[in-house]
Amino acid sequence: MNILSMMSNLSGMKRKRNTSKQAEGVLVALMLITLFASLRYDAFLSEYNIMTFLSYNSMFILIGLGMCFVIMTGGIDLSVGSVVALSSVVVAHASPYGIEVALPVGILVGVLAGAINAFVITKLKIVPFIATLAMMLGARGMALVLSDNQSVQVSWDSNFTQFGLGKMFDFIPWPIVAMLVAFVFCWILLEKFAFGRHVLSIGGNEEASKLMGLEVNKTLFGVYILSGALAGLSGVMLASGFGAGQPLEGLGWELSAIAAVVVGGTLLTGGLGSITSTLLGAILLGLIFNILNFENGLGTISFSAYWQSVIRGGFLLVVVVIQAKVINSKMRRTEF
Amino acid sequence: MNHSYPTEAQQGASLSSTLSNDGDLVLHMKGIHKHFAGVPALSDAELKIKAGEVHAIIGQNGAGKSTLIKVLNGAHKHDEGDIYFMGEEVSYASPHKAQMAGISTIFQEVNLIGYRSITENICLGHEPKRFGMVDWRKAHAHARETLARFGLELDVEQPLSTFNIAIQQLVAIARAVALDARIVIMDEPTSSLDEREKEVLFRVIKELKASGVAILYVSHHLDELFQICDEITVMRDGKTVGQRAIGDMTKLDMVAAMLGKDPEEIARGGATNFASTGRASDQVLLSVENLEGAGALKNVSFDLYKSEILGLAGLLGSGRSEVARAIFGLDSDLKKGEVFLEGEKMDFTDPMAAIEKGFGFCSEDRKEDGIIPQLSVRENLTLVLLPKISKYGLIDESKERQLVTDFIQRLGIKTASMEQPISQLSGGNQQKVLLARWLVTNPNILILDEPTRGIDVGAKGEIQSLIRRLADDGLTVLMISSEFEELVEGADRVIVLQDGHSIQALANDQLTENAIMKAIAQETRHPVA
Repeated sequence: MNILSMMSNLSGMKRKRNTSKQAEGVLVALMLITLFASLRYDAFLSEYNIMTFLSYNSMFILIGLGMCFVIMTGGIDLSVGSVVALSSVVVAHASPYGIEVALPVGILVGVLAGAINAFVITKLKIVPFIATLAMMLGARGMALVLSDNQSVQVSWDSNFTQFGLGKMFDFIPWPIVAMLVAFVFCWILLEKFAFGRHVLSIGGNEEASKLMGLEVNKTLFGVYILSGALAGLSGVMLASGFGAGQPLEGLGWELSAIAAVVVGGTLLTGGLGSITSTLLGAILLGLIFNILNFENGLGTISFSAYWQSVIRGGFLLVVVVIQAKVINSKMRRTEF
Repeated sequence: MNHSYPTEAQQGASLSSTLSNDGDLVLHMKGIHKHFAGVPALSDAELKIKAGEVHAIIGQNGAGKSTLIKVLNGAHKHDEGDIYFMGEEVSYASPHKAQMAGISTIFQEVNLIGYRSITENICLGHEPKRFGMVDWRKAHAHARETLARFGLELDVEQPLSTFNIAIQQLVAIARAVALDARIVIMDEPTSSLDEREKEVLFRVIKELKASGVAILYVSHHLDELFQICDEITVMRDGKTVGQRAIGDMTKLDMVAAMLGKDPEEIARGGATNFASTGRASDQVLLSVENLEGAGALKNVSFDLYKSEILGLAGLLGSGRSEVARAIFGLDSDLKKGEVFLEGEKMDFTDPMAAIEKGFGFCSEDRKEDGIIPQLSVRENLTLVLLPKISKYGLIDESKERQLVTDFIQRLGIKTASMEQPISQLSGGNQQKVLLARWLVTNPNILILDEPTRGIDVGAKGEIQSLIRRLADDGLTVLMISSEFEELVEGADRVIVLQDGHSIQALANDQLTENAIMKAIAQETRHPVA
């Protein structure tokens, strides 16, 4: 069995026909880009680059995973970027008590934000776009209030920064460990638990799900809380890894997360999705930045941060257009 | 209605063309081939339509009716074959281009703009102008005029969505007429219409016909065809099996031709696979008393006996579906009335509570609130059961697979594998999966709202005999159907609803199609004894 089909099996298992193709596509792109980069840049495959790259991108992967669940229900969570910032500020204040306290506190901040989102969506019947937009503004404001509009220095006396900067077994950075744990958790949740099935069912046909007596509201609460919790964890990584709670960080991260999910082939209409593809999608998007940095390092061409954004936008568009073509051709085949 | 089957079935009678002169054909499609990813959907299909005729295409699901229509209206490009429209060879790139050329399609789901007025929907794209501006007075007058041809008087300035689906459909037809259509394609136009609305539609069809417009009519309801069609083209497995004038055919001939079977064989088995035994046990399982809801539901009472099939008959809007929804806890705005399960008062405010008590409910609209299109057959089948085969939320997959395999076999669900997306199954097989979704929970009472709507003849028979088998095994069924024939042959008893009231219970010898129609048509209302 080649590695390609192994990876795509992992992504789909039973939802093979839906998502293995999309995982395969992302994986091929990922391998091609890696191959290109490893040939062109000497240090690309170095342990240092790989670990730094994954460690930094763990934050994006986490919120991407949460976003994937939200999008599978047919919703959207625009608040995650602000929640990351809020969480980072709160845990910076809590950092003197050590990571044992700060980590649960950071996650709790996200859980609260997610629960409020879910309450507004399910009980007050506000569409997710608007509900989470309000939370996006509210959480950002709260982060600025709690930090007095300045970055909040973390305590270097406690073990707090160990989480962002330390390594497990002196080898794997803790953020990568946390990200992998979250990935496995999300994968099992979607593929093996009734919860995952309900998420897809609600995204696929909410009316039918209600008729079947599925607990729609409960499931939506779970999904938005999960998205918030992962954003909260991401905030802990931010504060711990960069030594400060940063009220102005996380701007536009929700859009990067959505981009990762979309590049992974998950449709914004809901009912379909893959955790593995989302992980690969997030890595793929991060890789573009990584490569552009290397390119700048070579000194032949220099891309400013602005140009990098343009290139990433273009890349996203190309991927989505290709996907739309694949999906259209599939639809035509099944339409009798 | 034509129910008289000939004692001597015209076995082997050829279905060859009765058309002698191809000159007056408005449409001739010949030798049409179409493949989807290597699978043939049409192989050598042929269709000949004359101006001013109502031409039906019949065939089982998957026979190629829809594909042929889509080739004609430009939604699909055919691989081989020729299409001649008014003597010229044509091939349209899109339904819009076909519409502009004079071939209009009235879809099952009306595709108009609900927020805009009737006038705008009829005139959109060719509004009468004055000084470059839309001349609304003229436009409204034009819309009114077009509708008046069909005997309809409507406030054309109101948004379309404020009218019911029947009116919307007629507006779609009016738009086709306004665009000077030569051929109007109607795909299952009566599927959401009641008897009265059907009459209006048929009157409109006759009007169109008189003005020389040809109508291509697709319907699963064979009885309808005798009322309005002139010619029938039968399709099977992507081929045109033959074309005949409707006067030369009986309903039995049609069914036989669609199935590719001998008419005599079918005559022995009856038209539906139901065989009512007329009996019901003495034990009342469910008792519905004076149910009143916010909508069409006014005052409905009946008893449901253990292991019987109780039919609910009535026109659209008579409260048929509302009764089912109210019992299942779906409409919490119930004003009055009580439901007793074995003497115990039930007060369901959501389906979860009803499901716990052993209720199951297959809703009327498979697509809208039945299937989860993205999920596989397996996932669709076990959604309701999931809590029972999970521990701490973790699904017992081997148990799940085993149950699904069982039910695929028991119900004869035709699917490539249990992992196939349900959306790729035929309507009949989708319906079987939805039935299995409830049967796997081992319910006491199964409510079926239009269990065989939009399903081809073969699968319909299978589902009907399945329902009978289940009732024989002790399941209690409440079945809603707009086909009286299905109720008469399938139900042990039938409750007739009229304007939200239960007015009569029919059983045994009294249970005939005529009796149901008479009950519905009667003026005075009697409470069920």
